[in-house]
Amino acid sequence: MDVTRETVSKTIERKIKTKKSKSLIRDIKNGWQLYVIFLLPLLYILVFKYYPMYGASIAFKDFDPVAGILGSPWVGMEHIIKFIKSYEFWGVMKNTLLLGLYEVLAGFPLPIILALSLNYIYKKKFKKAAQMITYAPHFISVVVMVGIIFIILDPMGPLNDLISLFGFSPINFMGESELFMSIYVWSGIWQNVGFGCIIFLAALAGVSPALHEAAIIDGASILRRIWHIDIPCIAPTIVVLLILNMGNFLDTGFEKVLLMQNPLNLSASEIIDTYVYKVGLTSPIPQYSYAAAIGLFKSIIGLILIVGANRMAKKVGQEGLW
Amino acid sequence: MQSSIPKSKGDRIFTVCNYIFLSLLILSVLYPLIYVVSASFSSADAVASGRVWLWPVDFSLEGYKAVFDYNMIWTGYANSLFYMVVGTSINVALTILAAYPLSRRDFRGRGIFMFLFVFTMMFNGGLIPTYLLVRDLGMLNTRWALIIPNAMAVFNVIITMTYFRSVIPKEVLESAQLDGCNDFKFLLKIVLPLSAPIIAVISLFYAVGHWNQYFSALIYLRDTDLFPLQLVLRNILIQSEIDPSMISDIGNYQKNVGLRELLKYALIVVASLPVLIIYPFVQKYFVKGVMIGSLKG
Repeated sequence: MDVTRETVSKTIERKIKTKKSKSLIRDIKNGWQLYVIFLLPLLYILVFKYYPMYGASIAFKDFDPVAGILGSPWVGMEHIIKFIKSYEFWGVMKNTLLLGLYEVLAGFPLPIILALSLNYIYKKKFKKAAQMITYAPHFISVVVMVGIIFIILDPMGPLNDLISLFGFSPINFMGESELFMSIYVWSGIWQNVGFGCIIFLAALAGVSPALHEAAIIDGASILRRIWHIDIPCIAPTIVVLLILNMGNFLDTGFEKVLLMQNPLNLSASEIIDTYVYKVGLTSPIPQYSYAAAIGLFKSIIGLILIVGANRMAKKVGQEGLW
Repeated sequence: MQSSIPKSKGDRIFTVCNYIFLSLLILSVLYPLIYVVSASFSSADAVASGRVWLWPVDFSLEGYKAVFDYNMIWTGYANSLFYMVVGTSINVALTILAAYPLSRRDFRGRGIFMFLFVFTMMFNGGLIPTYLLVRDLGMLNTRWALIIPNAMAVFNVIITMTYFRSVIPKEVLESAQLDGCNDFKFLLKIVLPLSAPIIAVISLFYAVGHWNQYFSALIYLRDTDLFPLQLVLRNILIQSEIDPSMISDIGNYQKNVGLRELLKYALIVVASLPVLIIYPFVQKYFVKGVMIGSLKG
């Protein structure tokens, strides 16, 4: 054992001595097998993630499918300016921002409350059952989820039955554009509140029992302990997650919005992603360049938001994403 | 924190309120699910007239019969299984191949590669360039379009890498190297056998992702024979495009309309069944995955 240790430490010393340029080549030579292992994933990333970034340059060109990306003529910022000046711009931007903000603000506190509430349940079976049931909707697919929304909110569905039971006239939920965002956000909460609380439950499990014992002896009530012990202890987790959520709030569940969209609620449900999809892929004459420009516009704002959020996370003394 | 100190009145009130709150939450999560299941076992008549509200009314299996007779659903089922199994296998293989070198501290260029990977989580080329790439590669309207462009998720690479780092000590690698073990062998003979739990976690993540995916199919596929279940579901549940010839029972118009509605309920149950049956057994792996994901790499 000792002999091997020595040889290892000697080789390490030698490595340190001959550092600089030689060791780089040697490291690569010694570790060539790692590069072989890494080749396929790297190729995948380059082709399917970085090539489209290069392809996004068609946002500044008039894309001609025959000439290809390289051969198409440059037009500069024309498409982006066209989008900003277009009639749809403010509506689409407003919907995207509002929906994202609404989702973060309404969806963020509830998992924390659920975690705190589960944390003070001492009946193990009840707690397990509650966790199991609230996590379950997370695994329902978007399509089925929207299908369920349609069924429950149908003009003849159970919710309207309840409403008319109280003497009100039934509401065509999916046809009201003012209701679209609330339906989207609250159905999302219904689906994900349980799963979202896992991480806070874990943070709560890390709170030292000694703090609680001391507080109990001093006669603190549960509410006091939540306020003065639990919340301060999980505050770092809360802050990081909140900031990161704010960072990618533009990435609302586009697939779900697309499914929930109909001509009646379009004025509230048209967001950047659905607009790109329509302009670029479903219109009879696909405007690839214009759609790519709008997509790029969104990606860049998203990037700025994430980088900013990460900066903020570091500023408040937390670890960011990187 | 249970203690021998008797609970104060305030705490008792809190506990009672807490149980009430959670019970209400559980009920509100369960009710829509129970409603759909109950309606699926009721007669078309009872559903249409709104008599179902909790338990099945006029118990019948008409809805399920309609689902079983609807051929597209079964092609969709088979296709989804195919995409899930093949896709997940490729996903897991690529993820391990990426995560292992990245977990090695002596992997030269690790920082650059790591940046290349993480950057794709924050910025992407967008829908249109990706679509054009898939088209140029000739994958439009083929099964590959649903598998290859989603061959790996960087998030899963990161959790796998974190796992490798925490589970495989440096000393194991050093002693294996002294015994003349190369990196291929080490990955195959030592890393893989030790990584069963993480493989379970990421397989689940990927498998659920494939099973629930509809959008790629929507933009890349034209041929209905290739449609995964979710796309068939979308056409039926969301667009209400039901092929009348697929419903064998062509009775009077009224009955047909009712049956169409009933078909939706039964379909939701049939489509969610695989996931919900497996779910209780694998729930802890998902939880584990969330926990590993929250650790920093």
